Amino acid sequence: MEISVRGLWTMIHGMGFGALYLMACSGALVELYRRYSSPLGPEIRIEDEWFMQIYLTAMAVLAWLTVLTGAYIIYPWYRAVPPPGNASLAEFPQRLLMSSPSTSAWHSVGMEWKEHVAWLVPISITMAAAVFSRYRRSLRIHPELRAAVLAFVWVSLLAAGIAGFFGAMLNKNAPVAGGPTITIITGGQK
Amino acid sequence: MSVQTAASAPQAKLNPNGAGAAAVLAAGIGSLAIVVFAIAADKAAPIKSLMNFYKPTGPLSGVTTCAIVIWLAAWALLHWRWSWRNVEAGRITVVAFILLFLSLLLTFPPIADLL
Repeated sequence: MEISVRGLWTMIHGMGFGALYLMACSGALVELYRRYSSPLGPEIRIEDEWFMQIYLTAMAVLAWLTVLTGAYIIYPWYRAVPPPGNASLAEFPQRLLMSSPSTSAWHSVGMEWKEHVAWLVPISITMAAAVFSRYRRSLRIHPELRAAVLAFVWVSLLAAGIAGFFGAMLNKNAPVAGGPTITIITGGQK
Repeated sequence: MSVQTAASAPQAKLNPNGAGAAAVLAAGIGSLAIVVFAIAADKAAPIKSLMNFYKPTGPLSGVTTCAIVIWLAAWALLHWRWSWRNVEAGRITVVAFILLFLSLLLTFPPIADLL
């Protein structure tokens, strides 16, 4: 059982940081709704406020880790240009996708959308974490700010979903592969 | 409900909404900045070349770095102006959400290509 270093980073970026963010996002939305759906709702305990503040801050860290690993570690491998005379495009995903009309839109629409929409996520969730940290329970008396936090978290979920979907499909059609190989388990011979 | 509103008025004075509104509007501005830089780099070769901050990542490095700088600068400026007072958060939130929604739409390449 082996995995390439590039495959491992892609997994950390998508299945680690990205997928974890998507799961955390649904949790945050439920919790924010539960707390503030009624202006006369139950009293919020200080421990709950701390938990939510740490939760949203962790989400912001995850979002930044996702876009930074994506843009500065994986994307350079994705967009690498093969040297002249190189017959195989297996280690050059962008060129591989663009080499066929049946796959080129995965790059021209999928990757072009993903690489920009993903950046809306850390901006939105950093704002949500900052506003929550400053106002905490007093968000109850600031309905406009509460609505903004919820709306931006919703949009961050949508943007992360788009980026995640295209990330998975791009990697299915033209995996980011190559580099040194890590052996996880050595199988026995049959 | 009215009791809550009456009780919350002094609290709103103690913790004005300006800082929150600054963060919300700056997030909208930052989101739109990504799209503006991305479209500019896509349409004009000199801007595309200018945005090439880190060669392996290409123009995306400059587009996102510039957008983040704009976002943080807008946040700092608005925070400095609004943090100690109450502002019209409803209107600001609507503007911020329109900016965010526009950003979401304009990141979709077939729509951005129409410009």
